[in-house]
Amino acid sequence: MSELTLTVLRLGFLVLLWTFVLTLAGVMRSDLFGPRVTRSRTPKPAGRAASPPSKPAKPKGGRKGNARTLTVLEGSLAGTSVTLGTTPITIGRSAACTVVIDDDYASNHHARISPHESGWIIEDLGSTNGTYVQRTRVSGAMTVPLGTPIRIGKTIMELRK
Amino acid sequence: MSTTAAIPAAVSTRAPKNRRGTELALLFFAYGIALAAFAQVDLVVLDELSTDFTTFAIVFGVGLVIAHGSLRWLAPYADPILLPAVSLLNGLGLAMIHRLDLAEDPSPPDPDYVAQLGWFVLGVGLFVAVMLLVRDHRVLQRYTYTAMLVGLLLLVLPLLPFIGTEINGARIWIQLSLGGRSFSFQPAEIAKIVLIIFFAGYLVLKRDVLALARSRVMGIDLPRGRDLGPILVAWAASLAVLVFQRDLGTSLLFFGLFVAMLYIATERRSWIFIGGLLFAGGAFVAYQLFDHVQLRVGIWLDPFADESGDGFQIAQSLYGFASGGVLGVGLGQGHPDFVPFAKTDFIMAAFGEELGLTGVMALLVLYAIIIERGMRTAVACRDAFGKLLAAGLSTAVGIQVFVVVGGVMKLIPLTGLTTPFLSYGGSSLIANWALVALLLRVSDAARRPPEAARREVAA
Repeated sequence: MSELTLTVLRLGFLVLLWTFVLTLAGVMRSDLFGPRVTRSRTPKPAGRAASPPSKPAKPKGGRKGNARTLTVLEGSLAGTSVTLGTTPITIGRSAACTVVIDDDYASNHHARISPHESGWIIEDLGSTNGTYVQRTRVSGAMTVPLGTPIRIGKTIMELRK
Repeated sequence: MSTTAAIPAAVSTRAPKNRRGTELALLFFAYGIALAAFAQVDLVVLDELSTDFTTFAIVFGVGLVIAHGSLRWLAPYADPILLPAVSLLNGLGLAMIHRLDLAEDPSPPDPDYVAQLGWFVLGVGLFVAVMLLVRDHRVLQRYTYTAMLVGLLLLVLPLLPFIGTEINGARIWIQLSLGGRSFSFQPAEIAKIVLIIFFAGYLVLKRDVLALARSRVMGIDLPRGRDLGPILVAWAASLAVLVFQRDLGTSLLFFGLFVAMLYIATERRSWIFIGGLLFAGGAFVAYQLFDHVQLRVGIWLDPFADESGDGFQIAQSLYGFASGGVLGVGLGQGHPDFVPFAKTDFIMAAFGEELGLTGVMALLVLYAIIIERGMRTAVACRDAFGKLLAAGLSTAVGIQVFVVVGGVMKLIPLTGLTTPFLSYGGSSLIANWALVALLLRVSDAARRPPEAARREVAA
């Protein structure tokens, strides 16, 4: 083979290799900036009839209703917050839950927080040690106002705008 | 607050996309590059495409399709980048081993590349098997102490009479005779994964106590005496590997891994201090007592003192890197066979010569990407065991690459470990495929959108 072909092969291969590496970097980038997709999705539910929880379009939409995040104040997840959408979220020890708390006092599927006409409601899913909103133990479904401490085991969380 | 010790969890409700299509495209790309490398080797060295090229194209391609298919079936939300990155490394390794086979004169009757291709097939088989058997990584947590026993047993196996053999001064092999053919295997490679499972399970249970109970001495938070137990045991076990098996690399890997996982689990920097001190102490004592450690350090400090004797390997490796320069001499156009053990420990030197600094950097970035994806999986994972498992597995790849590539480049004393996915060596290759399978399993759980997870529970 001629010197020229060899050089082209040699450099061409390096270019190929780096193109691959940069492609991987591009995929990683799109993975990292995924949230943009959801951000554009959250304001939309205003158009849907059965989704009152987040109404950024209406500035004076019900005071209780527009909680945007569930923030964990104390417990093993302290400091983290979960963005609330239009679907219910579950809390418990099972990894299938939206918020997985690592706490001996929590049950596998401990509680569910779901959007409702009047705001977010919490239901205890038959946990052993109970779910408390302020000091009252949740039985059945109960509306949770913004900024009210919800306690599950050692974890305390609240709804925030 | 008693929560500082907990591993911060990234909870996110955004639904990650199932990115299998992206993965398939990337896999095609990786496959193409591996074929290009192989073809280039054949064309430059033989002036024609050998039959080996056809077998490689078929076996490698089918293997990748099977691995990808198993992910579509068993772990649809797994990370899309890990498999293509790993496949490219494996493919390039095969091409380089084939290239080194061709350089041998006379050509070997059964080339190493064929054996390695066989190991690749077994590796993919193990990959699928792990995916099938471990449907949920949290199941592994149940086997924490079983894993400890199995791991230690695997480490001790090469020391037993009859099955253990000493090759090139290290007693890390077991020899098995099956149907007239004998296989040698390094159990330490499998032990690595099993012990990571043990470390993860153990640290999930103990991290609170290891992180919180401490006394303050001279301004530094130190753990209580009795909490030092586990790290001392890990240290003693590593030293035992060093003394009885004369295997510096494995010893360093295990101790480094344990300290790193301890740090990740507890977020206490004091563990790194203690680990560093223990390491320094152990290294100093080992240096004083053992000839082979002294020899390695001597070679590291001045490989050219005895260039044609003890320092030969490192000296040749450095010449290889030097003649490769920035852009390399081109695949098939150098003399990587001048370096001893070019197919195993020194494969990076072969790449350094033929692909140059540019190529070696690309390979190292690929490793960095694999590690980053593993760490990201750990961050995104929702349970503490999965976090530690993913972090441990990627740390293992990181330490191993650092130790072996650093050794080949004379940054640290040479210790003898395989370069993951590149080096010739069955035990290492299949163990690393299993490792990636576990990482993908955790990442599938981590990236699975909550709705899909709930459906699965309901089903």
